[in-house]
Amino acid sequence: MSDTQTTPSQTVGPFFAIGLPWEDGHLIVDEDVPEAFDVIGKVLDGAGEPVPDALIEVWQADPDGRFDHPADPRGAVAREGFRGFGRCPTDEGGRFRVRTVKPGPLPAEDGVQAPHLNVSVFCRGMLVRLVTRIYFADEPGNAEDPVLLSIPDPARRRTLIADPAPFGYRFDIHLQGDDETVFFDL
Amino acid sequence: MPAETERLAHYRPDPESHPPVSYPDYRSNIARAPKHPLVLLPQRLGEITGPLLGEERVGRDDHDLTVQHAEEPQGQRIVVSGKVKDGDGRPIPNTLVEIWQANAGGRYRHDLDRHPAPLDPNFSGVGRAMTNADGDYRFITIAPGAYPWKNHHNAWRPAHIHFSVFGTAFTQRLITQMYFPGDPLFDQDPIFNSARPAARRAMVADFDLDSTVPEWALGYRWDIVLRGSDPTPFEDEEDHDDE
Ligand SMILES: [Fe+2]
Repeated sequence: MSDTQTTPSQTVGPFFAIGLPWEDGHLIVDEDVPEAFDVIGKVLDGAGEPVPDALIEVWQADPDGRFDHPADPRGAVAREGFRGFGRCPTDEGGRFRVRTVKPGPLPAEDGVQAPHLNVSVFCRGMLVRLVTRIYFADEPGNAEDPVLLSIPDPARRRTLIADPAPFGYRFDIHLQGDDETVFFDL
Repeated sequence: MPAETERLAHYRPDPESHPPVSYPDYRSNIARAPKHPLVLLPQRLGEITGPLLGEERVGRDDHDLTVQHAEEPQGQRIVVSGKVKDGDGRPIPNTLVEIWQANAGGRYRHDLDRHPAPLDPNFSGVGRAMTNADGDYRFITIAPGAYPWKNHHNAWRPAHIHFSVFGTAFTQRLITQMYFPGDPLFDQDPIFNSARPAARRAMVADFDLDSTVPEWALGYRWDIVLRGSDPTPFEDEEDHDDE
């Protein structure tokens, strides 16, 4: 077998909750960071039923649009109280919650990317990871964002926009149905 | 700004490995798989970076699932080891590997597992380890049992260990399952068979006498290969299918 044969993805299955959740997993930033807010939402299936056995993971830039990572040619930047990564299993009602701060915009060859969270969705029933993004409704840069603009059906772009809420932002993930969330081929 | 992004890594796609998004033989896929085609996401800064999780996620006994309780668990003691590497053959050092599995009777320590096999008070079935400087990981555990499920009449999952690995970039994130060689349950299992035929073998560990510990535990070797980033990967062309 070739070395370049990558290992296939398989489902996370129904019982990942015995091992993958971390007590502090939902904290993308430390709990006491003053600007921190929650992103709360539900994962729903094609019948509109909550998905109680999904795992959400988030990866994002810091408020200056920087990453603590050597592959960023601008240099790695570590920030106090900022992890950049979060993980949350859904509960019986399909709900997840992560606590974070708004990332900065990101440079790209094809324009400036508006502030967004990179999201992975794993669940029983899916054999591969689903990749999506969370943008914020109050960011004017959304109108110029190259990824949002690349979505062929403009009506579907709103599925990636989180709405302001008293706790921060609300963002539901529809795996199927009329409001199916846009998922990406990465 | 273009100058800042021109040196970005690019990870090669690997659709030949993975199951499709829609795979109705796995019944719970039907109401959950998205219907719209995926939208191509070019890899930019947020995709070629990713969380570099460290030792703080791993406790002292997390790599040894046989010492986490007062007594040893029931079952065949095994050592599962291997290398995490990318599709260019480069080892991935200091990366987090997480596992979870059923006990020897095929039962998970999870409230919703209704399989009428006994729980083992000495087995949690959860492990974590970091790869070392050479990309190698090693777990000590017990062989998991096969278990029935309701996908189709008389459906049984082949024995497997669930694996979660990060690599170094968001693009490389992988959750998969490791299987054991020669399992007679492969043919009827839609999850195993959801992977493309040529790639299924990559999910099956090898029995390995070298890592078998005399008079103590059987050894299995399993390498995990994440996406590579070289523009023109070395490939030994046609002779690579020694399957
Ligand atoms: Fe399983």
